[in-house]
Amino acid sequence: MSTVTVTINGQTVDVPVNTTVLEAAKQIGIDIPKLCHLKDLNEIGACRICVVEVEGRRNLPASCVLPVEEGMVVKTHSKRVLEARRMNVQLMLSVHPQDCLKCVRNQNCQLQALTHDLGVREGFPVDYDPTPLDQGAVIHRDPNKCILCRRCVTTCEQVQGVTILGALERGIETVISPAWHGSLGDVSCTFCGQCVQACPVGAIYERNDTQIVWDMLNSEDYVVVQVAPAVRTALGEEFGLPAGTDVTGKMVTALRRLGFNKVFDTNFTADVTIMEEGHELLDRIGKQELPLLTSCSPGWIRFVEEQYPQLTKHLSTCKSPQQMFGALAKTYLAKEEKVDPKVIKTVSIMPCTAKKYEAERPEMKDSGFRDVDAVLTTRELALLMKQAGVQLDRLPEEEYDAPMGMSSGAAVLFGQSGGVMEAALRTLLAAYPERVKLVQNDGVSQVLIDGEQVEVKVVSGLSQARQVLEDIANGKNTAQFIEIMACPGGCINGGGQPTVMDPELRQDVIAKRRSAIKDLDKAAAIAGSHENPAVQRLYETFLDHPLSSKSHHLLHTQYKPKVQDPVKNSHYDHTGTGAN
Amino acid sequence: MIRSHILVCAGAGCVSSKSRLVKEELLTRLKLQDLTEEIRVIETGCIGTCDLGPVLVLYPEGVFYQKVGVEDVAEIVEEHLVRGRVVQRLLYKEPLSEEILEKMADLEFFRRQYRIALHNTGAIDPDNIEEYIARDGYFALGKVLSEMTPETVISEIKQSGLRGRGGGGFPTGLKWEFAARSTSSTKFVVCNADEGDPGAFMDRSILEGDPHTIIESMAIAGYAIGADQGYVYCRAEYPLAIERFVSALEKAREMGFLGENVLGSTFSFELELRVGAGAFVCGEETALLSSIEGNRGEPRPRPPFPAVKGLWDSPTIINNVETYANIPSIILKGAEWFNKIGTEKSKGTKVFAMAGKINNTGLVEVPMGTTLRELVYEIGGGIPGNKKFKAAQTGGPSGGCLTEANLDTAMDYDTLLSLGSMMGSGGLIVMDENTCMVDIARFFLDFTKDESCGKCSPCRIGTTRMLQILERIVNGEGIPEDIDALEKLASFIKDTSLCGLGQSAPNPVLSTLRNFRDEYEAHIYDKRCPAGSCQALIHFTINAATCIGCGICAKHCPSSAIVGERKKPFSILDDQCVKCGVCVQECPFQAIERR
Repeated sequence: MSTVTVTINGQTVDVPVNTTVLEAAKQIGIDIPKLCHLKDLNEIGACRICVVEVEGRRNLPASCVLPVEEGMVVKTHSKRVLEARRMNVQLMLSVHPQDCLKCVRNQNCQLQALTHDLGVREGFPVDYDPTPLDQGAVIHRDPNKCILCRRCVTTCEQVQGVTILGALERGIETVISPAWHGSLGDVSCTFCGQCVQACPVGAIYERNDTQIVWDMLNSEDYVVVQVAPAVRTALGEEFGLPAGTDVTGKMVTALRRLGFNKVFDTNFTADVTIMEEGHELLDRIGKQELPLLTSCSPGWIRFVEEQYPQLTKHLSTCKSPQQMFGALAKTYLAKEEKVDPKVIKTVSIMPCTAKKYEAERPEMKDSGFRDVDAVLTTRELALLMKQAGVQLDRLPEEEYDAPMGMSSGAAVLFGQSGGVMEAALRTLLAAYPERVKLVQNDGVSQVLIDGEQVEVKVVSGLSQARQVLEDIANGKNTAQFIEIMACPGGCINGGGQPTVMDPELRQDVIAKRRSAIKDLDKAAAIAGSHENPAVQRLYETFLDHPLSSKSHHLLHTQYKPKVQDPVKNSHYDHTGTGAN
Repeated sequence: MIRSHILVCAGAGCVSSKSRLVKEELLTRLKLQDLTEEIRVIETGCIGTCDLGPVLVLYPEGVFYQKVGVEDVAEIVEEHLVRGRVVQRLLYKEPLSEEILEKMADLEFFRRQYRIALHNTGAIDPDNIEEYIARDGYFALGKVLSEMTPETVISEIKQSGLRGRGGGGFPTGLKWEFAARSTSSTKFVVCNADEGDPGAFMDRSILEGDPHTIIESMAIAGYAIGADQGYVYCRAEYPLAIERFVSALEKAREMGFLGENVLGSTFSFELELRVGAGAFVCGEETALLSSIEGNRGEPRPRPPFPAVKGLWDSPTIINNVETYANIPSIILKGAEWFNKIGTEKSKGTKVFAMAGKINNTGLVEVPMGTTLRELVYEIGGGIPGNKKFKAAQTGGPSGGCLTEANLDTAMDYDTLLSLGSMMGSGGLIVMDENTCMVDIARFFLDFTKDESCGKCSPCRIGTTRMLQILERIVNGEGIPEDIDALEKLASFIKDTSLCGLGQSAPNPVLSTLRNFRDEYEAHIYDKRCPAGSCQALIHFTINAATCIGCGICAKHCPSSAIVGERKKPFSILDDQCVKCGVCVQECPFQAIERR
């Protein structure tokens, strides 16, 4: 590849052609500050923070979109550059609420950090016309805080293929919003929360439900909590621990000390999901419409319902592990623990923002009550713990409670893309050796069910998912069983996970969360879901067998083309009675 | 046998002053007199003298009637067409010499023009393709397809020295060459008709008056760069231009100037009109492309330039309407002919839209290098009321002002840039002694602030802050630090904005600060508007020496701000005065002064 030699701050550096000045500067250890830039994704030169001085140029070009040229001489922090950056930040702050202390992103905000680092100590008087907040759905928007970097817009459009955010109006009145200044609840938003992860400031964030949980914990109710697999390898980041630290035991201790009556694991119902979904697959093979599409990810479910309603029949009828847990807690657990289900409150800790929406879906009350009463994201759990003064790394490690705290290694894999597939195959191969076989064909593993080759596929991120749906709609799909998760990489990169302030570190952090999940599987005492004694007991004493009429009633649902949008017609149910 | 032609100007200006009713009346009257066989009425595009509309030109004599009302038509028919006597009262009077002129060709306004881009505008019926062909229309396309290679076309355009007429002045031939060099199989030709500068309307007038010239030029451009598809991007605010252009497209297609195998050659070319919603920023080429693609009209960083990566990522050339309007003449008459017109680095002519404090408001085309004085005083007929010339804004909201000291400088791209202004699209707004330069800067900044697309922060927020300061100054609330703050913001916005709109937005402020700093200082330090224009800074006082105490002023004052005893000098209560100026008009003794 041909290279170009440029001089940056007096140092020469050879870089490939078409490298940007921003990237070239990185090679000599200069991190040019920026707000709107997301590498290979949002390279639009909008924020103008990364401007540099280039010899022979009249103005200060944005280095993120400036390709190097042979012999280019660049200064990245001349007086003129620094003054321009400062004035730019001063201008941004003049149309920005001055409530950093009360902001959801306080101390985790790129604008705040930049203001500090540039030494901006004064500025223009604050003067802007406030825009009303959007609090119409589980994800809230504060357009006043928005710096119009478009990172959420590009993420929604290109990573997720949902495209419900865009710029409206122009000039100083420009606002990033769903069409016609609507609420996220008015449009086909999947509530995946990838926009939340993309936002450099506090302009888009999940609804704060921590007070609801505090109120439950301070009531006479029997409050049980479940924790999703991907939370345990990410929560530590909120307490300053290195990415990928497994904090399962300490987190269980903390939850118990917060006052939950029982601390359970969503992994338990992940194992149940495998039992149900595995049987559903075996059942559907040769009988019903294939492919079978997994249904654990509520953002993905909503995506199908909104964008491809005609294909909802392909979705597994299994509820997600969160919802199975809620339904079982208010029936099976109530029976086991001899507690009146009326006083049971179920709280779930999720890496996900769409789980808040899922819990509110009107059909999710098969226990006779609202199955899941409150959903907190990983970030909100950290808040709850900080409010209680929990010093996570100083806590002892405790075990989940029985019976809904026991799980297999397969279950924890649900926390990352590919995990559901792996868990399902693990169980099917081990439990049904006559029907399900794994054969090696020219070095490629193939799954055979009843002698027929079954093609499986794993997809994450909704723009990838859209491709799968397009293929199904156009008759081009060849797979029979497809795992789909709304967020790229799965729940470890969920919209409710700790925010990584520097976008360039994000992929690395996610990789570490993923490898911690894999380590947990390897270390697990039980490998496959079918081997989980607590699950076996659940079937023996309560459900009978997978796909029994009881499990159909409690653990399955039928996703149908949507007639009425539950989000538009419901409010968060503070009473927990499930009466929307 | 037709003995007389009547041209009725149907440019948008004359249409809005009811020229179509005049035409209808003409047809009715001619019918009554049984003259329809002898006299033909032709609707043309803009003749140029927009302030004088509706305008009629009667041939063969070339008599020029102005401000013709429906009620005047009977007299024109009876007197001029039947009896052969010119209707004196409808003739034009030169504002400076007060000479009454009968013939169009004698008007100073037309005499000094050199029409290339406008050579058909106002002279033919734009809806009649035969009239266009009769004036050598589509001959250039024929020549190109039958005698020239794409390379020779580009070389001819390069040699002509034609530069982009939309503002930047980039050499047209060079732009074509960049796109031609690309091996991409898909390329596009785009015409920028998103004319947005306040006061500029040459692109509209060409599209309205001579639509085929754009079709012909774009086909030539398509042949030159290897494109078979073109788009004309016109703002929705130009309904007449859109109507005439769409109709021209159909006729060109019918006659084989567009479509498969143009004029029987192997070259095929299609053209489509895209209507924009009128955002100023869509005149910026990358925003324009984004809008054609169906996206929000927002600029994107350059490079890559459109010639490399344009519409749907294919190489694209974008030229302005006026630029295209020069192409057929260059092809037919040759680069050498074109090269002789204009100045060393700015060849050919430029169309100016003259507006503001000038007698002959309208559209004129003059050789590059014509002085501002010629434009204002000779072609433009001077300033109404013989007031003093103060400045002229060129380049619209992205340009700057020329002062009295610049009256004799030659108007071309480079001279204007050296004076801190720019050619822009050719808007020329003339200001007299009563125009406040701070307020002018505020006006233009108000425009750019409103038209900022909002993508980059310097333009979006910076122009808003600048406007606030300017508003403060014209309201008499300026503080000494304001000038410094304006200069700092201006240089920041110029330095860091994403597109040309932002980078040039502070120009009117910088230009007026450079040339009229004393006016800013008078507003800030003395709370005085030297031009007597800023409402908040005007004060009315009664001269006790000339006031006889008649009380007429007090009687007319709408806010009861004038008090006094009869037969003694009255006085004005400044805090109650609403500065309407009624008292000045009513005082029989000119005893009330406005400062």
